[in-house]
Amino acid sequence: MSEHKINSYRTGPDEDGHFGIFGGRFVAETLMPLILEVEKTYNHAKHDPAFKQEFHELLKEFVGRPNPLYFARRMTEHLNGAKIYFKREELNHTGAHKINNCIGQILLARRMGKTRIIAETGAGQHGVATATVCALFGMPCVIYMGAKDIERQKPNVFRMKLLGAEVVPVTSGSESLKDSMNEALRDWVTNVEDTFYIIGTAAGPHPYPELVRDFQCVIGDEAREQILEKEGRLPDSLVACVGGGSNAIGLFHPFLDDDVDMYAVEAAGLGIDTDKHAASLSGGAPGVLHGNRTYLLMDDDGQILEAHSISAGLDYPGIGPEHSHLHDIGRVKYVPIDDKEALEAFQLCTKLEGIIPALESAHAIAYVMKLAPTLPKDHIIVMGLSGRGDKDIFTVAKALGEDI
Amino acid sequence: MGISRINKRFETLKSENRAGLITFTTAGDPDYETSLALLKGLPAAGADIIELGMPFSDPMADGPAIQAASIRALKGKMTLKKTLKMVESFREDDDETPIILMGYYNPIYIYGVDRFLDDALKAGIDGLIIVDLPPEEDSELAIPAKAVDMAMIHLATPTTDQKRLGQILENGSGFLYYVTIAGITGTAKPDLAPVKQALDNFRKISQLPMAVGFGIKSAEDAARFAKFADAVVVGSAIVDVIKSNINQENVANSVLESRVLSFVGELANGVKNARK
Repeated sequence: MSEHKINSYRTGPDEDGHFGIFGGRFVAETLMPLILEVEKTYNHAKHDPAFKQEFHELLKEFVGRPNPLYFARRMTEHLNGAKIYFKREELNHTGAHKINNCIGQILLARRMGKTRIIAETGAGQHGVATATVCALFGMPCVIYMGAKDIERQKPNVFRMKLLGAEVVPVTSGSESLKDSMNEALRDWVTNVEDTFYIIGTAAGPHPYPELVRDFQCVIGDEAREQILEKEGRLPDSLVACVGGGSNAIGLFHPFLDDDVDMYAVEAAGLGIDTDKHAASLSGGAPGVLHGNRTYLLMDDDGQILEAHSISAGLDYPGIGPEHSHLHDIGRVKYVPIDDKEALEAFQLCTKLEGIIPALESAHAIAYVMKLAPTLPKDHIIVMGLSGRGDKDIFTVAKALGEDI
Repeated sequence: MGISRINKRFETLKSENRAGLITFTTAGDPDYETSLALLKGLPAAGADIIELGMPFSDPMADGPAIQAASIRALKGKMTLKKTLKMVESFREDDDETPIILMGYYNPIYIYGVDRFLDDALKAGIDGLIIVDLPPEEDSELAIPAKAVDMAMIHLATPTTDQKRLGQILENGSGFLYYVTIAGITGTAKPDLAPVKQALDNFRKISQLPMAVGFGIKSAEDAARFAKFADAVVVGSAIVDVIKSNINQENVANSVLESRVLSFVGELANGVKNARK
């Protein structure tokens, strides 16, 4: 939401929604006029002080921001290398970074006079965040969720129902996040007059990757201020997990023009060399799906493959287009972490820091566990702790062979 | 041939003062051989133009019937390459019926746009309907297609205003496909009056033939629209006949072909007699 210099990594997208060759507006004609209206409304809103004020007021009073930039002392001592800070998005109301974006988008929806909200969800965090803002503003809400995800994220399904949302099980395709997105798009095309689609990640047709990023930049903006206060300087490295990539882009973007290394951690599932992973940058190629050109997991006929990760929130065969661009130009390094490593990190963080992280965030922690010991003690890492792990305890128990 | 085969067909229809029937089936549904046999039988059954679906794993604009058809075809290992081969086989016996491929952009993008246009024209394909390429993305495929006389059929919808229509027409060719409802294929039933109104408006600024589709399920429905549209598209209803003549392993029964083609015959009768 601010101006940036030329020769900046922060100027994208261009007016047609492109980050390099990625992004764009690959949607059905029925949606096109609406997409253009979202763009127009957002372009006005982002320069409207009243919009910004309402957004930040809600982040403060309802979400509980700013959340802490927390020095992970025991983790730092244990790894015996770089100094580790966690940006505590898991302390937000609803337990993850997703709410930041939902607040922004529902304000846009209201500005456009839309009266019904739809969303897709994988782990259920975005669904819960969307259902929450819909309750806050008294708007009807329909959440599309893969039948497989409903099974592995029961607590979140019940939360959404309590919040007044209708949760529609998606039984097509692989019954997970990509299929929920297909189904949400089908709903949108059918109810284009009154409905706003709150996309949960920095992907989809322009202007979604841009506006989701902008709403999530509160993560990086705060982290920047906080680290300057605590350390008197910027961090040396940033680490965050990526599925679609909204928490990572939110943390990274405000630092893109600084001398800061960035590591985005993809879910490698059972391993990057198997066919059961969700690492679209490490194991995919550029293609077109869900409104944008980006790296995708697909076969040589262009059919989209099912992704796999122990973490439902990373279980998506694509990634936001700005990440694809940052990957291609080499500004951000994309690294894989598999299910097993994430599970170990989940347990370590819980025992050492007294914080149960989301399995998504555990991927970032696992990479910090690899990275920190190789670095000097004056090296500062800021890691995005994107969500809390209460929702994952059943999955983790099952993986550890425990019956709860 | 490309676009000229489509133009020629619409000239003939005009001279006969009737609308054309455009049938939709998915290539490879329920299997390659049955799908090819259907394709070969369609013109004699009464299809004036054939729309052939390119199976895709994530058909976002399609309702349950066509989604399932795509999945059946992909389970049978259908690929874009085989779809082109199927059309090539069709062309051995039929050099006049236009064939339009309908689908989503990713398989074409992965095949390679230039190579695809080249191979598709050689196979005997005349036009393309790519649902997720609005005019904003014309540089991807519509403009390269135009350069080699492959028709790029653009969609207009109830949300398309006059201004967007200008953009849609700029690189669209062959005919204009008017989507009768805001929605997905094979679901809601369209009202006649607003569709007629939309076509009347479009005709003020375009000479292109106007086809209508989405939600048209019976000979009676088709006839109502054939009174004023230049062509009527029926898809999901035909795909439903395929579905009701296969078993759980997607194996066709012995009457699938005749059932589908006789249904197409009914639709064709409805369309042909609509203006009499």
